Amino acid sequence: MRVARWTRTSKLFTGGTAAVAVALACVPLVFESDLVQKLTTLLILVLLAAMWNALAGYGGLLSVGQQAFIGIGAYGTVFFADHGVTPYLAMVLATLLAGAISLPISLFALRLRAAQFAIGMWVIAEVMSIIVRLDQNLGAGTGISLIQMNQYEPNFRQAYTFWLALAFTVIFLVALFLLLRSPLGASLQAIRDDEDAARSLGVRVAARKRLLFVLAGFGCGAAGVLVVANTLFIEPGSVFSVQWSAYMIFMVLVGGLGTFEGPIIGAILLFAIQTTFTQGGPWYLVGLGATAALFALALPRGLWGTVEERLGLRLLPVGYRVVEAKGEERAA
Amino acid sequence: MTLLNAALQGVFLGAFYAVLACGLSIMFGVMRIINLAHGDIAVFGAYVVFVIVEHTGVSAFVAFAAALPVMVVLGYLLQLTVLERSLKGGILTPLLATFGLSIVIQNLLQLTFSPDVRSLGGSAGALTTASWQVTGGLSVSALGIVVLVVAVLVFGALQVFLSRTRFGWMMRATAEDPDAAELVGINSRHVYASATALAVATAALGGFFLAIRSVFDPVSGPTQLIFAFEAVVIGGMGSLWGTLLGGIALGVAQTLGAQVHPQFSVMAGHLLFLVVLIARYGGGRIALRVAR
Amino acid sequence: MTLLKVDALDCRYGLLQAVRRVSFEVEAGETVALIGANGAGKTTLLRAIAGVHRPNGGRVELDGVDITTLPAHRRVGLGIALVPEGRRLFPSLTVEENLRVAASPRRPGRWNVRSVLDVFPMLQQRRRTPAASLSGGEQQAVAIGRALMSNPRLLLLDEVSLGLAPIVVDAVYRSLAGILSEGATVLLVEQDLTRALRVAGRVICMLEGRVVLEGAAAALDRDHVVSAYFGLRKPA
Repeated sequence: MRVARWTRTSKLFTGGTAAVAVALACVPLVFESDLVQKLTTLLILVLLAAMWNALAGYGGLLSVGQQAFIGIGAYGTVFFADHGVTPYLAMVLATLLAGAISLPISLFALRLRAAQFAIGMWVIAEVMSIIVRLDQNLGAGTGISLIQMNQYEPNFRQAYTFWLALAFTVIFLVALFLLLRSPLGASLQAIRDDEDAARSLGVRVAARKRLLFVLAGFGCGAAGVLVVANTLFIEPGSVFSVQWSAYMIFMVLVGGLGTFEGPIIGAILLFAIQTTFTQGGPWYLVGLGATAALFALALPRGLWGTVEERLGLRLLPVGYRVVEAKGEERAA
Repeated sequence: MTLLNAALQGVFLGAFYAVLACGLSIMFGVMRIINLAHGDIAVFGAYVVFVIVEHTGVSAFVAFAAALPVMVVLGYLLQLTVLERSLKGGILTPLLATFGLSIVIQNLLQLTFSPDVRSLGGSAGALTTASWQVTGGLSVSALGIVVLVVAVLVFGALQVFLSRTRFGWMMRATAEDPDAAELVGINSRHVYASATALAVATAALGGFFLAIRSVFDPVSGPTQLIFAFEAVVIGGMGSLWGTLLGGIALGVAQTLGAQVHPQFSVMAGHLLFLVVLIARYGGGRIALRVAR
Repeated sequence: MTLLKVDALDCRYGLLQAVRRVSFEVEAGETVALIGANGAGKTTLLRAIAGVHRPNGGRVELDGVDITTLPAHRRVGLGIALVPEGRRLFPSLTVEENLRVAASPRRPGRWNVRSVLDVFPMLQQRRRTPAASLSGGEQQAVAIGRALMSNPRLLLLDEVSLGLAPIVVDAVYRSLAGILSEGATVLLVEQDLTRALRVAGRVICMLEGRVVLEGAAAALDRDHVVSAYFGLRKPA
């Protein structure tokens, strides 16, 4: 009997995922900019779902205020661009800014209990929203455009944005993947399963959670950057809206909280629903809310989590497996 | 004098926040649940009153009296259907489930009524407009007094309920040790459902006050939730009178903030909340403490 | 007449089997002591009889009525009262409130606040003291009194001597003696073997979830009991 990380399935799948990433990179070269923009939106959702899952699924931190970082990323981009930085560099800077701001926030936020943390983060997002509304240079309440993007020809701009989105998504997913495979990752799983037990074994719970929080800060900031790059116009009411949290919660709960593949599936699902129901309006939001609540109550492992449990399947090698002598495998 | 008047108006505003926050505090005290749909339930209550007024033409107060039993029953059912299940899930489950519920309520309201902003100030009679000038520079509105008096009465009644009635003791007992409560013959499910019913009733009262002193629309809920939560945290989680004081503190912070800059009022409240939150590293103890 | 009948009861905590196919009966008026080492399943068994632990198999019958799926608070109404391990009083409620909160299922009987305080006179002065401020012995008295308030037919006592000084335990048992002598049906868990054998008419010994010994207290050989307690095999 030996302990293995890779199985035939996960080797195939990881190879397949890499191939998909390469294929995606070719998308702007082949398809219309309309589709490219839609796929950029999908990548944004994937990124957000992965980050929210990093917080809640791996860190046990339920935040209803990640839109704070989305907003920092979006408005940060506009701010840097307005101060003469070339747009795509401004985007990188804004992402770094979001991550940097998450660090001091983490110093007190992580000491809060569940409900206080959730709503505390929400209030922080609201505070940032108000700050932006008071600043005429950032468009105040009416919003602002990233006019510097006009220097690019629309098709090229859409392509650059898509590639940036792909790059961010790959970077953050790979970072999360490596994090989970590392000894750090094992301790994160332990924290999720039983925080007190993990602490008593010497796992530095606070540091681990901080790492996840800051990673999510960077990631949600990156998503905000992509939002402004993709839609070119932002206003505080939408970019700092708690609606983002609603989407993140839906994607992760339905996809599979605490699994690596789950959020991606949830994002694809939400994307499919959004593109089908654009005229739906409140009805589809009722559906989202009700579904999220139902999953929380009845299917807490989400779609992927349930599948994983039933079939013993693990597509990406994030866990360990005990391999029986006869070559039979059982999931860890 | 304007500062003092602002503070006075803040007290009136704060009393309204306290009423909104009351139910949140009850549910947290008894079940350790923070109901993220609380604000939306308050707004739902406002809409129920609105419907009654629209269909019967009675004054908003009468309509509220009629709406109250409906809300109480809905609250009881809410516990038995959704919240009870979420209690078994873990710490995050109630937050997630009530968040989903919040979205459902907001959008169902949006579908039933238009996104238009409404108010019931007109149906509340002279109360909404009457006011007096006390000395120079201090203005006291009839509505403000009514809300303040009602707030004190509601909190006082709850206090008496919890410290002097058998059912109040049963509620505290179930809050402190639901297992042991069952062992002495207390039906914990009924106690929890009653607590939720009580919370929803006070939320409806808060929604009613929102409707007559200001405006509301289907998505007003989250704002009320945030104010209610801020009031609870500022006053100390788990303390009933703390919630009243916290509400008032929040109201005063907001009105004083408005003196600094008109758009600063809500921000001032947020900052007070964050300062208290940080200073306490996460709020007070969980046990429901009743001041003796 | 059989008051309590436990039939092939199975209780689990997740994967851990705490009670394995336990069967026994308690006659009205009997005092039965449940003994056994820590982890033998005694507390779980009492909790299952009281209704706060859902069994995975088997039946519990009170006076011929199947109460296996009945929630705990309903069982109190039928006449079962458990004094839980560790007292579990309601900390912010006073002595009197702790007693009166337990009087909800109004069963006929002689127990009320006055009669409880008569049996535990040291509580008279402490009527309005919050339970959290009481001493261990006082808390135990309140816990027993609280169970009595529902005028139970079957009184379950879980380790009333736990954490108390011997003098205090003596006092508690003296008060209990009065209750026992009135013909109550009692099933008690007691770590102290001597006390258990002294106070009970019958003894049931459990080990790792099973009943390993059962018999009249007077008739049992002490060594026999001890070896059953620890699971030692008697030499042939």
